[in-house]
Amino acid sequence: MSATAPRLAPLWRITPVTTSLALASRVVARNLRVYRRGWMYLLSGFVEPFLYLLSVGVGLGHLVGGLQVGGRAVTYAQFVAPGLLAAQAMNGAIFDTTYNLFYKLKYAHTYEAVLATPVGTNEVALGEIGWALARGTTYGAAFLGVMAGLGLVLSPWGVLCLPVVALVSFAFAATGMAVTSFMRSWQDVDSVALALLPLFLFSGTFYPLGVYPSAVAWLVRVTPLYQGVDVLRAFSTGTPSWSVCWHLAYLLALAGLALAITSRRLRRLLAP
Amino acid sequence: MSIATPTPGALDLEVAAGRRGTPLWWRALNSWAFRWARTWRSGLAANFVYPVVYLAAMGVGLGSLVNRHLGASAASLGGVPYLAFVTPGILAGSVMQIGVHEATYPVLGAIRWDRSYLSQLASPLRVGDLLLGHLAFLAFKALVATSVFLAVAGAFGALESPEAVLALPISVLVALAFFAPIAAYSVTRENDSGFSTIQRMVIVPLFLFSGSFFPIAQLPEGLRVLAVCTPLYHGVALERACTLGRFGLGDLVHIAYLVVLAFIGWMAARRTYQRRLAG
Amino acid sequence: MPATPSGLAVRARALRKEFGSFAAVDGIDFDIARGEAFGFLGPNGAGKTSTMRMIACMSPRTGGELEVRGMDPATDGRAIRAGIGLVPQEDALDTELSVLDNMLVYGRYFGIPRRAVRARAEQLLEFAQLSERSDAKVDALSGGMRRRLVIARALISSPDLVILDEPTTGLDPQARHLVWERLYRLKQEGVTLVLTTHYMDEAEQLCDRLVVMDRGRIAAEGPPRQLIEQQVSREVLELRLEDADEGRALEALKGLADRIEELPDRLCCYGEDGDELLAAVIDAGVHPNGVLVRRATLEDVFLRLTGRSLAD
Repeated sequence: MSATAPRLAPLWRITPVTTSLALASRVVARNLRVYRRGWMYLLSGFVEPFLYLLSVGVGLGHLVGGLQVGGRAVTYAQFVAPGLLAAQAMNGAIFDTTYNLFYKLKYAHTYEAVLATPVGTNEVALGEIGWALARGTTYGAAFLGVMAGLGLVLSPWGVLCLPVVALVSFAFAATGMAVTSFMRSWQDVDSVALALLPLFLFSGTFYPLGVYPSAVAWLVRVTPLYQGVDVLRAFSTGTPSWSVCWHLAYLLALAGLALAITSRRLRRLLAP
Repeated sequence: MSIATPTPGALDLEVAAGRRGTPLWWRALNSWAFRWARTWRSGLAANFVYPVVYLAAMGVGLGSLVNRHLGASAASLGGVPYLAFVTPGILAGSVMQIGVHEATYPVLGAIRWDRSYLSQLASPLRVGDLLLGHLAFLAFKALVATSVFLAVAGAFGALESPEAVLALPISVLVALAFFAPIAAYSVTRENDSGFSTIQRMVIVPLFLFSGSFFPIAQLPEGLRVLAVCTPLYHGVALERACTLGRFGLGDLVHIAYLVVLAFIGWMAARRTYQRRLAG
Repeated sequence: MPATPSGLAVRARALRKEFGSFAAVDGIDFDIARGEAFGFLGPNGAGKTSTMRMIACMSPRTGGELEVRGMDPATDGRAIRAGIGLVPQEDALDTELSVLDNMLVYGRYFGIPRRAVRARAEQLLEFAQLSERSDAKVDALSGGMRRRLVIARALISSPDLVILDEPTTGLDPQARHLVWERLYRLKQEGVTLVLTTHYMDEAEQLCDRLVVMDRGRIAAEGPPRQLIEQQVSREVLELRLEDADEGRALEALKGLADRIEELPDRLCCYGEDGDELLAAVIDAGVHPNGVLVRRATLEDVFLRLTGRSLAD
């Protein structure tokens, strides 16, 4: 029996997945309990993208006319809707893991007590990301339903939009959490909104990349929201190609990387 | 060497200031400006990034599709390229955001969080002074943001006339017209739960349907009447008159609308501020 | 990790915690028996909270051995935490939830079934005298109520070990006594209590045994009364003097007092009989500005051990 220092913790500590997920689900349940009273707030999240869709339908659509996607002629509303769907998934997911998370980390010290229970930092990360993912996906599903009702989903491939929305939510929730773990002040947090704006506007959401000079187009091709926009557009217009696989792999890799960083950072912040 | 008594020099300055009769609201403005001075860099960065991103994405990017579809001087867009059409719309929208933002979190924070209203009231300042001070600070922020916006828009070639400088006072008016009524509401609140609803249910629809991105003539009859009633529609019309150099007598209607709204908001705010802070 | 658990609630040998090159806990040994109330006493920065966090498996140790509830925190953190209740220094209550919801949500983190957690929460709110406030928002509670809620929350999983980090700091005297009374009842039920404090009276009231910590090390260990008897004399004479009188007073006490501490604002003279010491000073013609004769306390123990006052 010798006095040895505990070995360095591995990046992702191996624990039985069932208990870890069960505990993470309790973190999700906590958030659900908070928002039970804030349903108005949740509801207003559904309305925003419909307004965008409406303004495209009655306004911008007439200015722009029709476009081509994968060799298929589509109306401008059919072109923009999947872009808005991706942006919706991104916004829905990232708000929870930036503003709300920063508040809990720096002001409420919520996790100080949580980590004294069997819940560990990895379960906190999984739970918060899971909640953001659930929220982003719920918004996405509602939006997708409206798209279908308005004739903006042109193919049965459109069904696949739902899992893709979940993946986009997951990737941005994890990324948001990883970035937030490095933030020091509310000003840092506010800069998130500033960073999201160009992603929202430039990721091929409102017009095809062909509009850009080729250098800019390539820059856009490596940004995360573009992956989601392109896949969702391919599915909703029924024009998928093999490039979809690249986009999905990109999003998975981003989510995995962000999760690993989050796991490490949270342990350093909360259990030093 | 006592901590409780200020040094004689500081006291003299204070007395001298009082004798010279510095308006009290000016001191309230100073207290805001003092904090602004610590964070102005990030604020200015946002003032700069916002027009660059919007003009590049909507004016240039989307504009190229519009110009291809309608031609570069469509009559429905006032005979100018889409970039020149949309620029004043985005300017009005961003000034609205500045007014609304300043009227929500900072107002509630001045009561609940950093309590700067309360510390101002602990001095000789009265409720009316601190409201005026906040209005003056907002006017200053609107001027800074609009100056940066116009510089960026100029670089994009989006301004059609030197009359664009008139957008500076117009922006102040637009910001005040949004700030005053919303501040009158915010000051009565206990928490920020209503603010995101204002953002999503009021600000976003205004931005999308008040003629910023497309002429409201395209809206169905009912929506068009609704749009004409909104303050942002008048703000967009005014900013557009400035940047296109088409200011006319008819624009006085828009100005009158916004002045009346700002005045009513201001009166309401005086009342709710008084009730919350000195009641 | 010992092959056979020691049967102790907590056992530490050469326990260390380093942050970079700074050793917050610099090799300490202690045993805490089951059912005992054990205190860590010391000023801010002594390493108390770091030790607490290691025991609560919320912070990995840098070196040494640690056994909590018969297990090793490095490998069995989750299982250990399942049987621990923590009262952190900052309340860390969930301000977005009501009083009752704080209890329910927290209980679910331990995996307690929904129905059981509700019954237990109501019972504990009763214990914490908060039943009437169960629908209130946490923000609306007074400091004492918040503290009692945190203690109730820590008990939701029926832990056999409760860790309290500065349980009554910032509370008014009445609220403190109510908290102490509740903790005393817990102790009667056989729960092991581990607490940190920099209040002497708290340590004397609650602890069966305590260690005095200073700069990451243990300076002394034992039951409160025994520590006082071992380290300092029975009574203390505190004198506030003009600077000019100090020499004469020291002269008069020489040989009479066991020990004299010269603090910036006063002299502390230790002896068996404080009144006797005072008489000697008066006889020497010294007229003190202020005089206090009192029983020695843990504060004096700390002064003796470290040469500093705890308030520093």
